[in-house]
Amino acid sequence: MSATWTTIVALAFALVVTKGIGPAALGGRDLPRTFTKVIELLAPAILAALIAVGTFTDADGDLVVDARAAGLVAAAAVFAVRRGSILPAIAAAAIVAAAVRTLG
Amino acid sequence: MYDVGLSGSATSFDSMVEEGTDGLRSGIRAGAPIAVASLLLGTSFGVLAEPVMGTIAPIVMSAVVFAGSAQFGALAVLAAGGGAGAAIAAGVLLNMRYLPMGISIAASTRGGWIRRGLAAQPLIDAGWAMSHRGDGRYDVSFMWGVTVVNYPMWVGGTTLGVLLGDFIGDPDRLGLDALFPAFFLGLLMGEGSDSRRGVVAALLGATLALSLSSFAPPGVPVMAGCLAALIALLPTGKEE
Repeated sequence: MSATWTTIVALAFALVVTKGIGPAALGGRDLPRTFTKVIELLAPAILAALIAVGTFTDADGDLVVDARAAGLVAAAAVFAVRRGSILPAIAAAAIVAAAVRTLG
Repeated sequence: MYDVGLSGSATSFDSMVEEGTDGLRSGIRAGAPIAVASLLLGTSFGVLAEPVMGTIAPIVMSAVVFAGSAQFGALAVLAAGGGAGAAIAAGVLLNMRYLPMGISIAASTRGGWIRRGLAAQPLIDAGWAMSHRGDGRYDVSFMWGVTVVNYPMWVGGTTLGVLLGDFIGDPDRLGLDALFPAFFLGLLMGEGSDSRRGVVAALLGATLALSLSSFAPPGVPVMAGCLAALIALLPTGKEE
């Protein structure tokens, strides 16, 4: 089996386990209140980390400010005007990032 | 008009849990705008993967792995001439965040352990964040709905990218790599901005991730960002 196919099979299996192990092992038992409070904050923490890494790091993980940052600012501007307008915001991000790349 | 609806839909949580099809349907509706992003990002994956993996493998990968970050990460390793071991390690690390995300929805799943494990399989970043109903509860059928519309777009987009790669050229030229950060920002503004701790967790998560990114393996920075949620254990001040 080639490296590509080995990777695909292994990742598919690993991901099923990674996603499923928590619910399968913990089941529906009531978790302590402190645990719930940590879970509450997991979403903002992960989302912010994803945004930061997806915008401000290059393929090697080094910090950069490039066209993607301009795109993120454009999206933030759209959200500032209207909070839930997802499609206009992501469109603005892509257009501005593309424009900065073309002009830069 | 589309609304992220995170805090707004909290009141309808109970009815959604009782009637799973309602949750599924609203998940499909709410997932539609992300499906556009999934289509475009899936296309760029197909474009970039075809020269490295060939025609069939990228499409199969999108169908059975169905995780953007892991796929792009493994592709980057393979494209650089790395072996399967390194590619798998990159993909697994990039998806380690699904472990705490899976744990977070554990209490919201039902049935025996197999059924609970299966219920978590449609877990994707956007669907997970959008299905949060506050107080640590998640609407799992809503999450399924989001994935139901996104899965075909991701796989179909990959197919398009594989087939049309020569026409499309470099996907980053079109700004497609700016799509998901922008989308996550929308989710974050719905999710984190209503409590001071949410804002602090977000800032801390981003800072932790960025401070590790230049030397830690891919995926580890976002995992480390999860640790920001532990500020919930700090003694509460005036906020409560």
